[in-house]
Amino acid sequence: MSDTVISINNITQRYGAADQPDAVLALDDVSLDIRRGEFVCLLGPSGCGKSTLLNIVGGLFKPTSGTCTVNGRLVDGEPHPDKVAFVFQESTLFPWYTVIENFRIALKFQGIAQAEWDDRAMRALKAVGMASFASHYPEQLSVGMRQRVNMARGICVETEILLMDEPFAALDEQTRMVLGEDLSQLLAATGKTIVFVTHSLAEAVFLSDRIVVMTARPGRIKTIINVNEPHPRSPDFMLEPRFSELRNECYALLRDEIRATMAAQRDPQPQIAGA
Amino acid sequence: MERPSFATRSVQIGFLAVVAGAWFLATESGSISALFLPKPATVYASFMRLVQTASFWSAVLVTLTTILKAFAIAIIAGILVGYAVTRSKLATQVIEPVISGLFTVPITLFFPMFILFFGIGTGSKVAYGATYAFFPIALNTIAAFATMEERYLRAARSMGAGRFDTFRHVLLPGALPVLITGMRIGFFICFASVLGGETISSVAGIGRNIAHAAELMESARMYAWIVFVIATSVTLNLLVYAFENHIRSR
Repeated sequence: MSDTVISINNITQRYGAADQPDAVLALDDVSLDIRRGEFVCLLGPSGCGKSTLLNIVGGLFKPTSGTCTVNGRLVDGEPHPDKVAFVFQESTLFPWYTVIENFRIALKFQGIAQAEWDDRAMRALKAVGMASFASHYPEQLSVGMRQRVNMARGICVETEILLMDEPFAALDEQTRMVLGEDLSQLLAATGKTIVFVTHSLAEAVFLSDRIVVMTARPGRIKTIINVNEPHPRSPDFMLEPRFSELRNECYALLRDEIRATMAAQRDPQPQIAGA
Repeated sequence: MERPSFATRSVQIGFLAVVAGAWFLATESGSISALFLPKPATVYASFMRLVQTASFWSAVLVTLTTILKAFAIAIIAGILVGYAVTRSKLATQVIEPVISGLFTVPITLFFPMFILFFGIGTGSKVAYGATYAFFPIALNTIAAFATMEERYLRAARSMGAGRFDTFRHVLLPGALPVLITGMRIGFFICFASVLGGETISSVAGIGRNIAHAAELMESARMYAWIVFVIATSVTLNLLVYAFENHIRSR
Protein backbone atom coordinates (compact mmCIF):
# COMPACT_ATOMS: atom_id res chain seq x y z
CA MET A 1 0.00 0.00 0.00
CA SER A 2 1.24 3.41 -0.94
CA ASP A 3 2.36 5.82 1.71
CA THR A 4 0.52 8.68 0.08
CA VAL A 5 -2.57 9.68 2.04
CA ILE A 6 -3.65 12.79 0.22
CA SER A 7 -3.18 13.06 -3.51
CA ILE A 8 -3.95 16.36 -5.22
CA ASN A 9 -3.95 16.08 -9.01
CA ASN A 10 -4.04 19.05 -11.39
CA ILE A 11 -6.53 21.04 -9.36
CA THR A 12 -7.77 24.26 -10.92
CA GLN A 13 -10.27 26.51 -9.25
CA ARG A 14 -11.93 29.33 -11.11
CA TYR A 15 -14.56 31.68 -9.72
CA GLY A 16 -16.92 32.94 -12.39
CA ALA A 17 -17.10 31.78 -16.02
CA ALA A 18 -13.76 31.57 -17.89
CA ASP A 19 -14.82 34.00 -20.61
CA GLN A 20 -15.94 36.68 -18.17
CA PRO A 21 -13.58 39.58 -17.44
CA ASP A 22 -14.23 39.30 -13.68
CA ALA A 23 -13.41 35.58 -13.55
CA VAL A 24 -10.77 34.82 -10.94
CA LEU A 25 -8.36 31.96 -11.32
CA ALA A 26 -7.66 31.01 -7.71
CA LEU A 27 -5.70 27.81 -8.26
CA ASP A 28 -3.92 26.88 -11.46
CA ASP A 29 -3.07 23.23 -12.00
CA VAL A 30 -1.85 22.34 -8.53
CA SER A 31 -0.58 18.82 -7.83
CA LEU A 32 0.79 17.58 -4.53
CA ASP A 33 1.14 14.27 -2.71
CA ILE A 34 1.12 14.18 1.06
CA ARG A 35 2.52 11.21 2.95
CA ARG A 36 1.10 9.54 6.04
CA GLY A 37 2.12 11.29 9.26
CA GLU A 38 3.50 14.31 7.45
CA PHE A 39 3.05 17.89 8.58
CA VAL A 40 2.67 20.06 5.48
CA CYS A 41 2.27 23.84 5.55
CA LEU A 42 0.73 25.75 2.69
CA LEU A 43 2.45 29.13 2.79
CA GLY A 44 1.60 32.01 0.51
CA PRO A 45 0.42 35.59 0.22
CA SER A 46 -3.22 36.30 1.06
CA GLY A 47 -5.60 35.34 -1.71
CA CYS A 48 -3.24 32.79 -3.25
CA GLY A 49 -5.83 30.05 -2.90
CA LYS A 50 -4.23 28.13 -0.04
CA SER A 51 -7.45 28.01 1.98
CA THR A 52 -9.33 27.12 -1.19
CA LEU A 53 -7.00 24.16 -1.68
CA LEU A 54 -7.56 23.05 1.92
CA ASN A 55 -11.33 23.30 1.50
CA ILE A 56 -11.15 21.21 -1.65
CA VAL A 57 -9.13 18.51 0.16
CA GLY A 58 -11.68 18.57 2.98
CA GLY A 59 -14.58 18.28 0.54
CA LEU A 60 -16.13 21.61 1.47
CA PHE A 61 -16.24 22.45 -2.18
CA LYS A 62 -15.66 21.00 -5.58
CA PRO A 63 -12.78 22.20 -7.76
CA THR A 64 -13.42 23.47 -11.30
CA SER A 65 -11.19 20.70 -12.59
CA GLY A 66 -8.74 18.18 -11.26
CA THR A 67 -9.18 15.55 -8.58
CA CYS A 68 -8.22 14.96 -5.00
CA THR A 69 -8.13 11.58 -3.31
CA VAL A 70 -7.85 10.81 0.39
CA ASN A 71 -6.80 7.25 1.18
CA GLY A 72 -7.50 6.42 -2.43
CA ARG A 73 -11.10 7.65 -2.17
CA LEU A 74 -12.11 10.46 -4.48
CA VAL A 75 -13.14 13.66 -2.68
CA ASP A 76 -15.92 15.13 -4.72
CA GLY A 77 -17.10 18.18 -2.88
CA GLU A 78 -18.47 16.11 -0.01
CA PRO A 79 -16.88 16.24 3.46
CA HIS A 80 -15.72 12.92 4.88
CA PRO A 81 -15.66 13.54 8.61
CA ASP A 82 -14.65 9.97 9.43
CA LYS A 83 -11.24 10.60 7.83
CA VAL A 84 -10.73 14.34 7.96
CA ALA A 85 -11.25 16.93 10.68
CA PHE A 86 -10.98 20.68 10.22
CA VAL A 87 -9.61 23.17 12.69
CA PHE A 88 -10.59 26.72 11.78
CA GLN A 89 -10.05 29.86 13.79
CA GLU A 90 -11.18 29.74 17.40
CA SER A 91 -14.27 31.78 16.52
CA THR A 92 -15.89 28.64 15.08
CA LEU A 93 -16.62 27.29 18.54
CA PHE A 94 -20.40 27.50 18.87
CA PRO A 95 -20.98 30.32 21.36
CA TRP A 96 -24.36 28.94 22.45
CA TYR A 97 -22.79 25.73 23.75
CA THR A 98 -20.35 25.18 26.61
CA VAL A 99 -16.91 23.75 25.86
CA ILE A 100 -17.99 20.18 26.59
CA GLU A 101 -21.22 20.63 24.60
CA ASN A 102 -19.14 21.84 21.65
CA PHE A 103 -17.27 18.55 21.78
CA ARG A 104 -20.43 16.47 22.16
CA ILE A 105 -21.96 18.15 19.14
CA ALA A 106 -18.82 17.61 17.04
CA LEU A 107 -18.80 13.93 18.01
CA LYS A 108 -22.53 13.64 17.37
CA PHE A 109 -22.20 15.25 13.93
CA GLN A 110 -19.41 12.87 13.15
CA GLY A 111 -21.56 9.89 14.10
CA ILE A 112 -19.68 8.68 17.19
CA ALA A 113 -21.70 6.62 19.72
CA GLN A 114 -23.00 8.76 22.58
CA ALA A 115 -21.36 6.56 25.22
CA GLU A 116 -17.94 7.71 24.02
CA TRP A 117 -18.63 11.46 23.84
CA ASP A 118 -17.59 12.57 27.31
CA ASP A 119 -14.60 10.24 27.52
CA ARG A 120 -13.18 11.44 24.25
CA ALA A 121 -13.94 15.08 24.97
CA MET A 122 -12.23 14.98 28.36
CA ARG A 123 -9.22 13.14 26.94
CA ALA A 124 -8.76 15.80 24.26
CA LEU A 125 -9.30 18.62 26.76
CA LYS A 126 -6.72 17.10 29.13
CA ALA A 127 -4.26 16.88 26.27
CA VAL A 128 -4.43 20.66 25.81
CA GLY A 129 -4.69 21.38 29.53
CA MET A 130 -8.23 22.73 29.41
CA ALA A 131 -10.13 19.99 31.28
CA SER A 132 -11.11 22.29 34.13
CA PHE A 133 -12.87 24.64 31.71
CA ALA A 134 -15.25 22.03 30.29
CA SER A 135 -18.38 23.75 31.55
CA HIS A 136 -17.38 27.29 30.52
CA TYR A 137 -18.88 29.08 27.56
CA PRO A 138 -16.36 30.06 24.86
CA GLU A 139 -16.80 33.78 25.53
CA GLN A 140 -15.74 33.26 29.14
CA LEU A 141 -12.30 32.16 27.89
CA SER A 142 -9.42 34.18 26.44
CA VAL A 143 -8.66 33.91 22.72
CA GLY A 144 -5.68 31.64 23.42
CA MET A 145 -7.75 29.37 25.65
CA ARG A 146 -10.46 29.21 23.02
CA GLN A 147 -7.95 28.16 20.40
CA ARG A 148 -6.67 25.38 22.69
CA VAL A 149 -10.23 24.17 23.07
CA ASN A 150 -10.83 24.50 19.34
CA MET A 151 -7.71 22.45 18.55
CA ALA A 152 -8.85 19.82 21.02
CA ARG A 153 -12.25 19.75 19.32
CA GLY A 154 -10.50 18.90 16.07
CA ILE A 155 -8.43 16.24 17.80
CA CYS A 156 -11.24 14.54 19.76
CA VAL A 157 -12.86 13.20 16.61
CA GLU A 158 -9.67 11.14 16.20
CA THR A 159 -9.41 11.36 12.45
CA GLU A 160 -6.27 10.36 10.62
CA ILE A 161 -6.05 13.72 8.86
CA LEU A 162 -6.28 17.20 10.32
CA LEU A 163 -6.75 20.23 8.08
CA MET A 164 -5.94 23.49 9.86
CA ASP A 165 -6.99 26.74 8.24
CA GLU A 166 -4.93 29.57 9.76
CA PRO A 167 -5.98 28.46 13.23
CA PHE A 168 -3.70 30.92 15.01
CA ALA A 169 -4.39 33.97 12.84
CA ALA A 170 -6.39 35.78 15.53
CA LEU A 171 -3.78 35.18 18.23
CA ASP A 172 -1.02 37.49 19.36
CA GLU A 173 2.49 36.38 18.45
CA GLN A 174 3.49 35.13 21.89
CA THR A 175 0.36 33.03 22.41
CA ARG A 176 0.75 31.78 18.87
CA MET A 177 4.31 30.58 19.58
CA VAL A 178 3.31 28.71 22.72
CA LEU A 179 0.34 27.09 20.99
CA GLY A 180 2.61 26.12 18.09
CA GLU A 181 4.98 24.40 20.49
CA ASP A 182 2.07 22.60 22.16
CA LEU A 183 0.73 21.57 18.78
CA SER A 184 4.09 20.10 17.80
CA GLN A 185 4.23 18.07 21.04
CA LEU A 186 0.63 16.96 20.76
CA LEU A 187 0.78 15.86 17.17
CA ALA A 188 4.10 14.03 17.43
CA ALA A 189 2.30 11.70 19.82
CA THR A 190 -0.70 11.04 17.55
CA GLY A 191 1.08 10.55 14.21
CA LYS A 192 -1.66 12.41 12.33
CA THR A 193 -1.26 13.74 8.83
CA ILE A 194 -1.66 17.49 8.93
CA VAL A 195 -2.13 20.15 6.31
CA PHE A 196 -1.77 23.60 7.81
CA VAL A 197 -2.51 26.88 6.07
CA THR A 198 -0.63 29.91 7.32
CA HIS A 199 0.99 33.12 6.23
CA SER A 200 3.36 33.17 9.17
CA LEU A 201 6.88 32.23 8.09
CA ALA A 202 8.08 31.26 11.57
CA GLU A 203 5.02 29.11 12.14
CA ALA A 204 5.57 27.30 8.84
CA VAL A 205 9.24 26.58 9.58
CA PHE A 206 8.64 25.59 13.19
CA LEU A 207 5.80 23.17 12.50
CA SER A 208 6.33 21.66 9.07
CA ASP A 209 8.09 18.69 7.61
CA ARG A 210 7.53 20.29 4.22
CA ILE A 211 6.63 23.87 3.38
CA VAL A 212 4.71 24.31 0.16
CA VAL A 213 5.40 27.88 -0.97
CA MET A 214 2.68 29.18 -3.25
CA THR A 215 2.69 31.99 -5.79
CA ALA A 216 0.43 35.03 -5.85
CA ARG A 217 -2.91 34.54 -7.64
CA PRO A 218 -3.35 32.38 -9.61
CA GLY A 219 -2.02 30.01 -6.94
CA ARG A 220 0.62 27.57 -8.13
CA ILE A 221 3.25 25.70 -6.19
CA LYS A 222 6.45 27.71 -6.38
CA THR A 223 8.80 25.52 -4.38
CA ILE A 224 8.67 22.91 -1.68
CA ILE A 225 11.12 23.30 1.20
CA ASN A 226 12.05 20.37 3.40
CA VAL A 227 12.59 20.95 7.10
CA ASN A 228 14.57 18.02 8.37
CA GLU A 229 13.93 18.23 12.06
CA PRO A 230 12.25 15.46 14.06
CA HIS A 231 9.00 16.07 15.98
CA PRO A 232 8.28 17.01 18.70
CA ARG A 233 10.31 20.14 18.23
CA SER A 234 11.72 22.00 21.16
CA PRO A 235 11.43 25.80 21.28
CA ASP A 236 15.24 25.78 21.03
CA PHE A 237 14.84 24.90 17.36
CA MET A 238 13.75 28.50 16.83
CA LEU A 239 17.09 29.72 18.14
CA GLU A 240 19.20 27.60 15.79
CA PRO A 241 20.82 29.31 12.79
CA ARG A 242 19.15 26.71 10.54
CA PHE A 243 15.74 28.00 11.64
CA SER A 244 16.61 31.55 10.58
CA GLU A 245 18.10 30.30 7.32
CA LEU A 246 14.93 28.42 6.43
CA ARG A 247 12.80 31.35 7.47
CA ASN A 248 14.86 33.68 5.31
CA GLU A 249 14.70 31.28 2.42
CA CYS A 250 10.89 31.28 2.67
CA TYR A 251 10.86 35.06 2.85
CA ALA A 252 13.07 35.40 -0.21
CA LEU A 253 10.71 33.12 -2.12
CA LEU A 254 7.63 34.89 -0.93
CA ARG A 255 8.72 38.50 -1.24
CA ASP A 256 8.01 38.83 -4.96
CA GLU A 257 4.69 37.05 -4.54
CA ILE A 258 3.62 39.36 -1.74
CA ARG A 259 4.63 42.36 -3.91
CA ALA A 260 2.65 40.94 -6.82
CA THR A 261 -0.40 40.56 -4.58
CA MET A 262 -0.07 44.09 -3.24
CA ALA A 263 0.43 45.54 -6.72
CA ALA A 264 -2.89 44.03 -7.80
CA GLN A 265 -4.60 45.77 -4.88
CA ARG A 266 -3.46 49.35 -5.57
CA ASP A 267 -3.40 51.95 -8.34
CA PRO A 268 -1.30 50.96 -11.36
CA GLN A 269 2.26 52.24 -11.03
CA PRO A 270 3.48 54.66 -13.75
CA GLN A 271 5.35 52.81 -16.49
CA ILE A 272 8.99 53.71 -16.91
CA ALA A 273 9.64 54.92 -20.46
CA GLY A 274 11.13 52.25 -22.67
CA ALA A 275 10.30 49.50 -20.19
CA MET B 1 -27.63 41.38 29.59
CA GLU B 2 -26.27 43.00 32.71
CA ARG B 3 -28.34 42.84 35.86
CA PRO B 4 -29.75 46.25 36.73
CA SER B 5 -27.80 47.82 39.56
CA PHE B 6 -29.31 48.98 42.84
CA ALA B 7 -29.08 52.60 41.67
CA THR B 8 -30.90 51.82 38.40
CA ARG B 9 -33.66 50.02 40.26
CA SER B 10 -33.97 52.89 42.78
CA VAL B 11 -34.48 55.43 40.02
CA GLN B 12 -37.09 53.20 38.37
CA ILE B 13 -38.99 52.69 41.63
CA GLY B 14 -38.57 56.37 42.44
CA PHE B 15 -40.22 57.28 39.13
CA LEU B 16 -43.24 55.11 39.99
CA ALA B 17 -43.40 56.75 43.42
CA VAL B 18 -43.37 60.23 41.83
CA VAL B 19 -46.22 59.30 39.47
CA ALA B 20 -48.27 57.84 42.33
CA GLY B 21 -47.46 60.88 44.53
CA ALA B 22 -48.47 63.31 41.78
CA TRP B 23 -51.74 61.44 41.31
CA PHE B 24 -52.38 61.60 45.07
CA LEU B 25 -51.53 65.31 45.40
CA ALA B 26 -53.42 66.40 42.28
CA THR B 27 -56.60 64.70 43.41
CA GLU B 28 -56.35 65.59 47.14
CA SER B 29 -55.76 69.28 46.44
CA GLY B 30 -58.85 69.34 44.27
CA SER B 31 -56.96 70.95 41.40
CA ILE B 32 -58.27 68.30 39.03
CA SER B 33 -61.88 67.23 38.63
CA ALA B 34 -62.74 63.78 40.03
CA LEU B 35 -64.48 63.12 36.72
CA PHE B 36 -61.18 63.22 34.85
CA LEU B 37 -59.02 61.67 37.55
CA PRO B 38 -60.59 60.18 40.68
CA LYS B 39 -58.64 59.78 43.92
CA PRO B 40 -56.41 56.68 44.24
CA ALA B 41 -58.55 55.50 47.17
CA THR B 42 -61.72 55.72 45.07
CA VAL B 43 -60.12 53.82 42.22
CA TYR B 44 -58.89 51.19 44.70
CA ALA B 45 -62.36 50.78 46.20
CA SER B 46 -63.82 50.53 42.71
CA PHE B 47 -61.24 47.93 41.77
CA MET B 48 -62.04 45.83 44.85
CA ARG B 49 -65.75 45.88 43.91
CA LEU B 50 -64.86 45.02 40.33
CA VAL B 51 -62.84 41.90 41.07
CA GLN B 52 -65.73 40.49 43.07
CA THR B 53 -67.99 40.49 40.03
CA ALA B 54 -68.25 37.53 37.69
CA SER B 55 -68.25 39.88 34.69
CA PHE B 56 -64.71 41.07 35.59
CA TRP B 57 -63.29 37.60 35.27
CA SER B 58 -65.26 36.74 32.16
CA ALA B 59 -63.97 39.94 30.50
CA VAL B 60 -60.38 39.09 31.51
CA LEU B 61 -60.84 35.59 30.14
CA VAL B 62 -62.22 36.87 26.82
CA THR B 63 -59.31 39.29 26.36
CA LEU B 64 -56.61 36.80 27.39
CA THR B 65 -57.95 34.12 25.06
CA THR B 66 -58.13 36.64 22.23
CA ILE B 67 -54.52 37.73 22.85
CA LEU B 68 -53.25 34.17 23.05
CA LYS B 69 -55.02 33.12 19.85
CA ALA B 70 -53.76 36.18 17.98
CA PHE B 71 -50.23 35.69 19.33
CA ALA B 72 -50.20 31.98 18.43
CA ILE B 73 -51.24 32.76 14.86
CA ALA B 74 -48.64 35.56 14.61
CA ILE B 75 -45.85 33.31 15.92
CA ILE B 76 -46.64 30.45 13.55
CA ALA B 77 -47.13 32.65 10.50
CA GLY B 78 -44.26 35.03 11.36
CA ILE B 79 -41.68 32.33 12.01
CA LEU B 80 -42.71 30.19 9.02
CA VAL B 81 -42.70 33.12 6.61
CA GLY B 82 -39.52 34.60 8.11
CA TYR B 83 -37.63 31.32 7.98
CA ALA B 84 -38.82 30.49 4.47
CA VAL B 85 -37.67 33.90 3.25
CA THR B 86 -34.14 33.44 4.62
CA ARG B 87 -33.67 30.18 2.70
CA SER B 88 -32.81 32.25 -0.34
CA LYS B 89 -30.58 35.33 -0.45
CA LEU B 90 -32.66 36.76 -3.29
CA ALA B 91 -35.93 36.26 -1.41
CA THR B 92 -34.41 37.95 1.66
CA GLN B 93 -33.35 40.94 -0.42
CA VAL B 94 -36.72 41.24 -2.13
CA ILE B 95 -39.16 40.40 0.67
CA GLU B 96 -37.50 41.83 3.79
CA PRO B 97 -37.96 45.49 2.69
CA VAL B 98 -41.55 44.74 1.72
CA ILE B 99 -42.33 43.37 5.18
CA SER B 100 -40.56 46.28 6.88
CA GLY B 101 -42.40 48.71 4.63
CA LEU B 102 -45.77 47.16 5.46
CA PHE B 103 -44.90 47.31 9.16
CA THR B 104 -44.84 51.11 8.96
CA VAL B 105 -48.43 51.21 7.65
CA PRO B 106 -50.83 52.04 10.52
CA ILE B 107 -52.91 48.87 10.40
CA THR B 108 -55.39 50.62 12.70
CA LEU B 109 -56.73 52.33 9.57
CA PHE B 110 -57.93 48.94 8.38
CA PHE B 111 -59.65 48.12 11.65
CA PRO B 112 -63.14 48.76 10.17
CA MET B 113 -62.30 46.21 7.48
CA PHE B 114 -61.44 43.65 10.14
CA ILE B 115 -64.88 44.27 11.68
CA LEU B 116 -66.52 43.88 8.27
CA PHE B 117 -64.70 40.65 7.50
CA PHE B 118 -64.67 38.98 10.90
CA GLY B 119 -67.63 40.55 12.70
CA ILE B 120 -67.85 42.46 15.95
CA GLY B 121 -67.03 39.37 18.07
CA THR B 122 -63.57 38.24 19.17
CA GLY B 123 -62.66 37.00 15.65
CA SER B 124 -61.92 40.49 14.38
CA LYS B 125 -59.65 41.22 17.36
CA VAL B 126 -57.79 37.94 16.89
CA ALA B 127 -57.18 38.76 13.23
CA TYR B 128 -56.23 42.37 14.00
CA GLY B 129 -53.79 41.43 16.81
CA ALA B 130 -52.30 38.61 14.73
CA THR B 131 -51.77 40.90 11.73
CA TYR B 132 -50.06 43.56 13.83
CA ALA B 133 -47.82 41.07 15.68
CA PHE B 134 -46.93 39.17 12.51
CA PHE B 135 -44.60 41.92 11.27
CA PRO B 136 -42.12 42.24 14.15
CA ILE B 137 -42.00 38.46 14.51
CA ALA B 138 -41.38 37.88 10.79
CA LEU B 139 -38.79 40.68 10.63
CA ASN B 140 -36.87 39.42 13.64
CA THR B 141 -37.03 35.86 12.31
CA ILE B 142 -35.48 37.07 9.06
CA ALA B 143 -32.81 39.00 10.98
CA ALA B 144 -32.16 36.00 13.23
CA PHE B 145 -31.64 33.47 10.44
CA ALA B 146 -30.15 35.71 7.76
CA THR B 147 -27.33 36.94 9.99
CA MET B 148 -26.13 33.41 10.75
CA GLU B 149 -22.36 33.47 10.46
CA GLU B 150 -21.11 31.42 7.52
CA ARG B 151 -18.19 30.10 9.60
CA TYR B 152 -20.47 28.15 11.96
CA LEU B 153 -22.25 26.52 9.04
CA ARG B 154 -18.92 25.65 7.41
CA ALA B 155 -17.62 24.15 10.66
CA ALA B 156 -20.80 22.11 11.09
CA ARG B 157 -20.60 20.86 7.51
CA SER B 158 -16.95 19.88 7.93
CA MET B 159 -17.98 17.80 10.96
CA GLY B 160 -20.50 15.96 8.81
CA ALA B 161 -23.69 17.57 10.13
CA GLY B 162 -26.81 16.83 8.10
CA ARG B 163 -29.54 19.35 7.33
CA PHE B 164 -31.64 18.59 10.39
CA ASP B 165 -28.65 18.51 12.76
CA THR B 166 -27.45 21.82 11.37
CA PHE B 167 -30.86 23.36 11.95
CA ARG B 168 -31.28 21.91 15.42
CA HIS B 169 -27.78 22.62 16.75
CA VAL B 170 -26.50 25.56 14.74
CA LEU B 171 -29.20 27.63 13.03
CA LEU B 172 -31.81 27.48 15.76
CA PRO B 173 -29.64 28.13 18.83
CA GLY B 174 -27.83 30.87 16.92
CA ALA B 175 -31.11 32.51 15.97
CA LEU B 176 -32.88 32.05 19.29
CA PRO B 177 -31.98 35.33 21.05
CA VAL B 178 -33.18 37.51 18.17
CA LEU B 179 -36.16 35.21 17.60
CA ILE B 180 -37.21 35.69 21.22
CA THR B 181 -36.82 39.45 20.98
CA GLY B 182 -39.19 39.36 18.01
CA MET B 183 -41.70 37.31 19.98
CA ARG B 184 -41.51 39.72 22.93
CA ILE B 185 -42.14 42.74 20.72
CA GLY B 186 -44.85 40.80 18.90
CA PHE B 187 -46.52 39.86 22.17
CA PHE B 188 -46.80 43.41 23.43
CA ILE B 189 -47.99 44.71 20.09
CA CYS B 190 -50.58 41.93 20.14
CA PHE B 191 -51.57 42.86 23.70
CA ALA B 192 -51.96 46.54 22.83
CA SER B 193 -53.80 46.00 19.55
CA VAL B 194 -56.29 43.49 20.98
CA LEU B 195 -57.12 45.90 23.85
CA GLY B 196 -57.26 48.82 21.45
CA GLY B 197 -59.52 46.89 19.08
CA GLU B 198 -61.82 45.95 21.93
CA THR B 199 -62.04 49.57 23.02
CA ILE B 200 -62.97 50.76 19.54
CA SER B 201 -65.53 48.13 18.66
CA SER B 202 -66.48 44.92 20.43
CA VAL B 203 -69.08 43.21 22.57
CA ALA B 204 -66.88 41.79 25.32
CA GLY B 205 -63.44 41.91 26.89
CA ILE B 206 -61.42 44.37 28.94
CA GLY B 207 -61.27 47.06 26.26
CA ARG B 208 -65.04 46.93 25.86
CA ASN B 209 -65.47 47.39 29.62
CA ILE B 210 -63.13 50.39 29.67
CA ALA B 211 -65.00 52.02 26.80
CA HIS B 212 -68.33 51.24 28.49
CA ALA B 213 -67.22 52.76 31.82
CA ALA B 214 -66.04 55.86 29.98
CA GLU B 215 -69.35 56.21 28.13
CA LEU B 216 -71.21 56.07 31.47
CA MET B 217 -68.70 58.57 32.93
CA GLU B 218 -67.81 56.08 35.67
CA SER B 219 -64.22 57.19 35.74
CA ALA B 220 -63.32 55.32 38.94
CA ARG B 221 -64.31 52.03 37.31
CA MET B 222 -62.53 52.96 34.10
CA TYR B 223 -59.31 53.74 35.98
CA ALA B 224 -59.65 50.54 37.98
CA TRP B 225 -59.58 48.64 34.67
CA ILE B 226 -56.72 50.72 33.33
CA VAL B 227 -54.61 50.20 36.44
CA PHE B 228 -55.31 46.49 36.19
CA VAL B 229 -54.15 46.43 32.54
CA ILE B 230 -51.00 48.40 33.33
CA ALA B 231 -50.14 46.13 36.26
CA THR B 232 -50.69 43.04 34.10
CA SER B 233 -48.61 44.44 31.27
CA VAL B 234 -45.73 45.41 33.58
CA THR B 235 -45.77 41.99 35.24
CA LEU B 236 -45.80 40.19 31.90
CA ASN B 237 -42.98 42.40 30.65
CA LEU B 238 -40.83 41.55 33.67
CA LEU B 239 -41.53 37.84 33.22
CA VAL B 240 -40.70 37.94 29.52
CA TYR B 241 -37.49 39.90 30.17
CA ALA B 242 -36.43 37.39 32.81
CA PHE B 243 -37.08 34.57 30.34
CA GLU B 244 -35.22 36.37 27.55
CA ASN B 245 -32.20 37.01 29.77
CA HIS B 246 -32.24 33.40 30.82
CA ILE B 247 -32.07 32.31 27.17
CA ARG B 248 -29.37 34.85 26.33
CA SER B 249 -27.19 33.95 29.29
CA ARG B 250 -27.05 30.29 28.31
